[in-house]
Amino acid sequence: MASPIIALDGVAKTFESRAGATEALRAVSLAVDAGEFVSIIGPSGCGKSSLLRIVGDLVDPSAGTVRVNGKSARQARLDRDYGIVFQTPVLYEWRTVLENVRLPLELAGRPSGEREQRPRALLRLVGLEEFAGHYPWQLSGGMQQRVSIARALALNPSILLMDEPFGALDEMTRERLNQELLQVCAETAATALFVTHSIAEAVFLSTRIVVMSPRPGCIERVVAVDLPRPRAAKTRALPRFFELVTEVRQSLREDPGLAGDPPRPGGPGPR
Amino acid sequence: MNSTGDDRAASRPRQALRSLGVIGAMAVIWEAAKIMFALPSYQLPHLHEIAADFLREGAGGERWFWIMAQNAAYTALESLIGFALGGITGLVLAVAFAHSRWLERGLLPYVVASQTVPILAIAPMIVVWLGTSWFSKAVIAAYLTFFPVTVNMSRGLRAVDADALALMRALSASSRQIFFKLRFPASLPYLFTALRISATASVIGAIVGELPVGSRYGMGVVIINAAQYYNWRPANLWAAILVSAVIGILFYHAVAAVERRVVSWSRTAPAI
Repeated sequence: MASPIIALDGVAKTFESRAGATEALRAVSLAVDAGEFVSIIGPSGCGKSSLLRIVGDLVDPSAGTVRVNGKSARQARLDRDYGIVFQTPVLYEWRTVLENVRLPLELAGRPSGEREQRPRALLRLVGLEEFAGHYPWQLSGGMQQRVSIARALALNPSILLMDEPFGALDEMTRERLNQELLQVCAETAATALFVTHSIAEAVFLSTRIVVMSPRPGCIERVVAVDLPRPRAAKTRALPRFFELVTEVRQSLREDPGLAGDPPRPGGPGPR
Repeated sequence: MNSTGDDRAASRPRQALRSLGVIGAMAVIWEAAKIMFALPSYQLPHLHEIAADFLREGAGGERWFWIMAQNAAYTALESLIGFALGGITGLVLAVAFAHSRWLERGLLPYVVASQTVPILAIAPMIVVWLGTSWFSKAVIAAYLTFFPVTVNMSRGLRAVDADALALMRALSASSRQIFFKLRFPASLPYLFTALRISATASVIGAIVGELPVGSRYGMGVVIINAAQYYNWRPANLWAAILVSAVIGILFYHAVAAVERRVVSWSRTAPAI
């Protein structure tokens, strides 16, 4: 058995502030294998975003170890093993769509031939080739997030970190992008860690779902998703799909907010 | 989708018409006020008296519009040099402040203090130190120019979105890359807001710099002379004020035009 791509062991996070210490994560251990699509789901404030940022070396854990591709998270970041997608698209508004996708290639100092061709190929992959010369504000929220996914794939990262990327989108756009994301992941063979609020989204996308408990966040349960692949619109109509949704919902203890998947207070709005 | 450029182009003639209308209305109010309050010409000359002053022959035999134009060009050049000098100084200070809290805490109080001292008090000293050439005037213009740039730009460099920074970090960008590919372009709207303020301030600075004794050219000299002979020829001072204002307005619009080109990506870029 090959060693896991992401290995978390006893990861904890406590945020210190003037108001006192807040324990966000407690003793999280998790192993993710190559090619897996693992969703992290849990109530607001369960530290799932923090967990993602700890894996990406954007936040330091208070305790525990993170190994990525057999090295430290920091080394993995310096080696540019990550592609990251945030809740908001975080596109640089002074760059065109094409230039935004090119940014990682510029930062990594890739040769000019690759810098010219790769962004176009990625825009084709997310179906936005004809918008290459547009500025971000000229695109809808869903299109912006697709650009952000294309950018995350620019350096062909082995790991995709996604922090509620579709949380601000309407249900129809979200379902379409779910489908596209699975195709993209299949084509790039990336391992995905995906934070979400939506149970249906998690079931549809994942090979495994990590259900987290409220603060301090720890792993409540890991649900293996045994739905057939490749997944398509008809997957959502399978009886097994509903069983899994129910199973995940029951694992999320006493969090009424999750049932209806409400908009996040203070969450991302139009930028 | 990309129709904003066409809209702007189409509204140009309408905009020109609108500003002409405003100027016309102001002229009517001016003349009406003169009649209503029975103001003599030394308090408020007729507009045609001011216009006529440009055609009057000066002491040297040249017409006044030519005298005004020469002095205005001189002042404009000093302002431009001062604007560039102050803009660069302001930018350097802002970058230094954004990089080092320690430097900001140490220097900012003095930068602020520099602006609380009346420029009228400092100008003669700068002229004494640097001579009565164009250079001392440019320095005084720079003195008024750098402050808005420093304050606004250091704010802009700091006001970068947290996730935009996290993205840079996730992509393992160097601090140099973060500055040139994120912080600097993100703060360009802040920079241009400051430069609009600085554009008009630099003209004021140059004119104030021309007021002390010893200066020979520039609108400041014209204003001083016109003020001395105000009782005989009030229209001359009004004409000088008008020309000075026009320099400032042209400067402002020049900066705004550059802004529209450079920050064309921003949907919040102001139209004027």
